[in-house]
Amino acid sequence: MASLDRIKVLVLGDSGVGKSSLVHLLCQNQVLGNPSWTVGCSVDVRVHDYKEGTPEEKTFYIELWDVGGSIGSASSVISTRAVFYNSVNGIILVHDLTNKKSSQNLYRWSLEALNKDSSPTGVIVSNGDYDREQFAENPVPLLLIGTKFDQIPDNKRNDVLTRTAFLSEDFNAEEINLDCTNPRYLAAGTSNAVKLSRFFDKVIEKRYFTRDPSQMTGFTDRKRFNFKSLHYD
Amino acid sequence: MSFLVDSVIMVTSQVLFFGFGWLFFMRQLFKDYEVRQYVVQVVFSVTFAFSCTMFELIIFEILGALSSSSRYFHWKLNLYVILLVLIFVVPFYIGYFVVSNIRLLQRQRLLFACMVWFTFMYFFWKLGDPFPILSPKHGILSIEQLISRVGVIGVTLMALLSGFGAVNCPYTYMSYFLRNVTVSDILALERRLLQTMDMIVSKKKRIAMTRRQMYQRGEDQNKQTGFWGMIKSVTSTQTSSENLALIQQEVDALEELSRQLFLETVDLQATKERIEYSKTFQGKYFNFLGYFFSIYCVWKIFMATINIVFDRVGKTDPVTRGIEITVNYLGIQFDVKFWSQHISFILVGIIIVTSIRGLLITLTKVQFSSTHQLISFTFP
Repeated sequence: MASLDRIKVLVLGDSGVGKSSLVHLLCQNQVLGNPSWTVGCSVDVRVHDYKEGTPEEKTFYIELWDVGGSIGSASSVISTRAVFYNSVNGIILVHDLTNKKSSQNLYRWSLEALNKDSSPTGVIVSNGDYDREQFAENPVPLLLIGTKFDQIPDNKRNDVLTRTAFLSEDFNAEEINLDCTNPRYLAAGTSNAVKLSRFFDKVIEKRYFTRDPSQMTGFTDRKRFNFKSLHYD
Repeated sequence: MSFLVDSVIMVTSQVLFFGFGWLFFMRQLFKDYEVRQYVVQVVFSVTFAFSCTMFELIIFEILGALSSSSRYFHWKLNLYVILLVLIFVVPFYIGYFVVSNIRLLQRQRLLFACMVWFTFMYFFWKLGDPFPILSPKHGILSIEQLISRVGVIGVTLMALLSGFGAVNCPYTYMSYFLRNVTVSDILALERRLLQTMDMIVSKKKRIAMTRRQMYQRGEDQNKQTGFWGMIKSVTSTQTSSENLALIQQEVDALEELSRQLFLETVDLQATKERIEYSKTFQGKYFNFLGYFFSIYCVWKIFMATINIVFDRVGKTDPVTRGIEITVNYLGIQFDVKFWSQHISFILVGIIIVTSIRGLLITLTKVQFSSTHQLISFTFP
């Protein structure tokens, strides 16, 4: 398999939110029976039918890289983790619906993964430093997934859903709320499944079908824009 | 009247310590989590506040501050509260939360928590058997029983922690133990890690492809029903499922390898950072302290061995002996008794403060390094 043929999607999020269970559910269509702590990175492959149901249907293998660890890890762990962020085609941000802090840490996670190239020291770890415009023109498609949906008490459900709606606006991404121990949420035909396959289609399109030069200069312009905003701080 | 003033001082300091413990819990220990059961935070802060108050009372005792009767009263009060919390409240809540997370025992949580607590009390009581605690002066159901057992556990823990800290501290700070790590070493290891990940990915793609083919073929196979159909389907899919099992085994081995490589890379990065740190001023200072400290530790171990082997009881502590020697050597007029008490007191204070700080830092490290899941499970 040529290296140009690879589609890499990162799965990021705090420790214990359910990334490994989610990846297992997405790739094996089964619930993970014995979740254990992820050391380093675990990869799994999802078989995705691009443009399913149309005559242009084609099968792609999407690699889901589940990177373990917390945002407050030692700097040695953070610099080692950066090795997995090369040539990323899509990012799935996972947060725990029962834990507000895991959603707040998602800003830092996305900065860590996206700013790996532009910052000389490697990682920008600061809380309110994200730039909304950066996410609007972001070439990397994002998807927001909230886990442990079944563990929210009914009276708090509306507050949680409003909060995640704000989050998905900030990231300019679609959001899915589910429970990783129940495959019903991603059953074929549900709106969640539709959003998921739309996300993967977008990743594949960005990867293979948008290579015109105007898009490339847009990317380098964004990099220069990042530098300017860094200098103003 | 002085009793009232003293009580006000004590209560104020207790409230301050409580606040500090609360903040520490929120900001440091639970930085990345949401606290849902405030009981735990309250118990932590209460324990911390009362422990610090006891330490404060000892300082007041040495300094001679506050009147002796109010000190005695507060000491007894603190002692009772701490014993209550340590022996009744904390084990019961630990048992309760552990039981709440086991699905089977969810129904009768309280009952099982009480059972856990009684088991704890049984072992706690058994702890005092090898020690001469029971004496006609005290009787069996007195506070001395509890304090002596808590003391036994506490002293053992402190000795273990100090021993561990004494060996770990020079190892962490001294640059003698640092391997030489270059950037190319780290890059080579990272390349190996990425290669391993690539191999895992290609094998998983093969598994996914084979499984998909099996699934699609399986649809056709399922049309054959009956006895012969079953036999035929077994023999025809035999080879592909055997293949799958083989590839799966290889994938498991590769995943284990990738984990090892990742941990090695993290280790190398940490060593590189330590090397950079040791070149700074702070690093050099700590390096020097590390040498000094390690010599002190070795000397202490040597003296302890001699004491045990020759069955000697140390008469004077090192500080007093050190001052005596200095005084005799330099011929300076020195009130040894007065100053040695204060210097010992200051040293003891430093040791206690650094061990509290070390304990709190170890608490946060333990939490980060291995119990993320455990803590997120503790809050149902």
